[in-house]
Amino acid sequence: MYRYDEFDQQLVNERVAQFRDQVTRRLAGELSEDEFKMSRLMNGVYLQLHSYMLRIAIPYGTLSSRQVHKLADITRKYDKGYGHFTTRQNLQLNWPALKDIPDLLAELASVEMHCIQTSGNCIRNTTSDHHAGAAPDELEDPRVICEVIRQWSTFHPEFSFLPRKFKIAVSATEHDRAAIRVHDIGIQIVKNAAGEIGYEVWAGGGLGRTPIIGKKVGDFVPREDLLAFLESVLRVYNMFGRRDNLYKSRIKILVHEVGADEIRRQVAAEFKEVKARGTLQLPEEEVARIRKYFAPPEFETLSDDVPEINAAAAKDKGFADWLKSNISAHKQPGYTIVNISLKPVGLTPGDCSADQMDVVADIAEKYAFSEIRVAHEQNLCLAHVRRKDLYEVYTALKAADLGTPNIGLITDQIACPGLDYCNLANARSIAIAQRLSERFQDIEFQQKIGRLHLNTSGCINACGHHHVGHIGILGVDKKGVEYYQVTLGGAADETAAIGDIVGPAFTEGEIVDAIDTIVKIYLDLRQGDEIFIDTYRRVGVQPFKDKLYAAH
Amino acid sequence: MQLIKDGAIIADEWTALADEDALPATGPVIVSLDRFKLEQNLLLARKDKLGIRLKSGEAPEQIKDFLDRLALVALEFPAYRNGRAFSYAYLLRERYGFKGELRAVGAVLRDQFNYLARVGFDAYEVRDNITPEIFKLSVSAFEHDYQPSADSKPAVLSLRQRRLAAQKAT
Repeated sequence: MYRYDEFDQQLVNERVAQFRDQVTRRLAGELSEDEFKMSRLMNGVYLQLHSYMLRIAIPYGTLSSRQVHKLADITRKYDKGYGHFTTRQNLQLNWPALKDIPDLLAELASVEMHCIQTSGNCIRNTTSDHHAGAAPDELEDPRVICEVIRQWSTFHPEFSFLPRKFKIAVSATEHDRAAIRVHDIGIQIVKNAAGEIGYEVWAGGGLGRTPIIGKKVGDFVPREDLLAFLESVLRVYNMFGRRDNLYKSRIKILVHEVGADEIRRQVAAEFKEVKARGTLQLPEEEVARIRKYFAPPEFETLSDDVPEINAAAAKDKGFADWLKSNISAHKQPGYTIVNISLKPVGLTPGDCSADQMDVVADIAEKYAFSEIRVAHEQNLCLAHVRRKDLYEVYTALKAADLGTPNIGLITDQIACPGLDYCNLANARSIAIAQRLSERFQDIEFQQKIGRLHLNTSGCINACGHHHVGHIGILGVDKKGVEYYQVTLGGAADETAAIGDIVGPAFTEGEIVDAIDTIVKIYLDLRQGDEIFIDTYRRVGVQPFKDKLYAAH
Repeated sequence: MQLIKDGAIIADEWTALADEDALPATGPVIVSLDRFKLEQNLLLARKDKLGIRLKSGEAPEQIKDFLDRLALVALEFPAYRNGRAFSYAYLLRERYGFKGELRAVGAVLRDQFNYLARVGFDAYEVRDNITPEIFKLSVSAFEHDYQPSADSKPAVLSLRQRRLAAQKAT
């Protein structure tokens, strides 16, 4: 993985010093909360319901064992011994004290980490596929260009006070695990007929109160021009994006109001100018320098056929279940991708204790080239594990309550922090997710249901990605009472779609039964081993509407 | 309010004219884009220096043909969160080659000077509690920058290439 050179390290160190000065001024009363807000938000510090919240950047979701051990230490020392992995592959701490944050940042800097631009109206952490470097059909490791974007976007003088936040995601496989169509900019790495790598650029996707799927604005941007192209999109947005209304400030609204054709025209005109100037041309040497850090690890020559694993699965039902859902195909024979679920029954999706972090870091050190990934579905991942080590890895994970065999199943839910932590929320989401995971905890029933993405948000800002859940739940407040609206048919992958509202919202008491009913309707209607989303696309919303509300 | 130019507090020689103010016979004046459009000939005929103040939403493209006649462009920040003028400044310097004074007016915070300087501002209307020392601290927070902008500092990308070339040479 990428390692800082002296320039990277110096920038991060200077940022720690700058923020230390800002916190000192705030604590001394020289900075008002409003003035401090700008600085703290560009550094991932939010003021939440009960406390400050700190969001730690995990660029494109890749961590080393050393970094994960450090995160564990930090959560013990400065917080309550756990952290929360987010849908943007970052880690949130819910209880740090403002006075401690400069020291915390200095500790992060010692392992080449930071909180830069994890909030604020700037270019946020660039996210990517958690299977990067391991997926069989990958065109190139997407993290190379993610790191290029990370550096270009860090403290960008022109684009740090945008109309609103700006999120970029990159995918290098046809199956999109990075949800690029619902990002401000989504980059799909593609190969042309001549075998050259280039970038398909999508802009104006996003969730929130106005969910929109992105529009293609660049068909094949050559590698050397990618930064020039991104700068062109950002400049058009910074100059013409709306600033009169917080809820209409994202680039998706600009694209929607101006029209995709006009945006394409403006971006193309700007790109021509930027390219002519030439200062943003990406040198091949720099790409090569970064690529070296993402060179594949030293794989052994192994066979995919490992009889002892089959034998272990025959004896251990838990292991057999885990193999069914938590393992993904790897490009190297004899290796596999291990997905670690952070969705145990009845607990908070995405939460991970310090002890669990240490366990994962140790396992990665022993079995997975000391590399850990964070998935946008709020899970962890070990990208390169020998098949023959799977039972040992499973046993070690299970001992730390990390062996839940539900990746991609109905209890592998995305949920935002909701009313339990967030001062924007209208309703609780964690509590609903917990009750749903309890209702559907029977693993055989989950396997029978098959792949199903169930996402819950506690308010219209949609941090829980409810719009793109196969089943989405949105918490709303009606005269002080929490209600839950259900959407069906959303998807975040290459078939991205916004879910349809099924009908009137359910009360807190009704919502779990309602989801249960939806699942049963699907099981009745499905053909063969069709998954939920395919059944839904075939039959539409009506059968669900009819039966769901007939029962009430 | 006071004026910081090239890092020092200086007396402001310019008169910022409101649209209803009478045009003085002599002395440098800053006018709005609206007034410039209405009184262009009169304003350009004066012997003294002329400046134009652009509101957020008034893109510098509108004045690009007059830039060689202007000694100053002032860009408004209606709120510190409104960063539109960062792009305006960059374009004025890098695309339209404006060499005169580029002045930030309105709501700017001390922790933004670094960004403002990088996109090409060289003058700032600031609150009275901003000292040259504070200004210097803010603009020198980072020795190097990752990306090229309108300042003359070499970006990290170029520094790395230079280092690479030096390594190859030895």
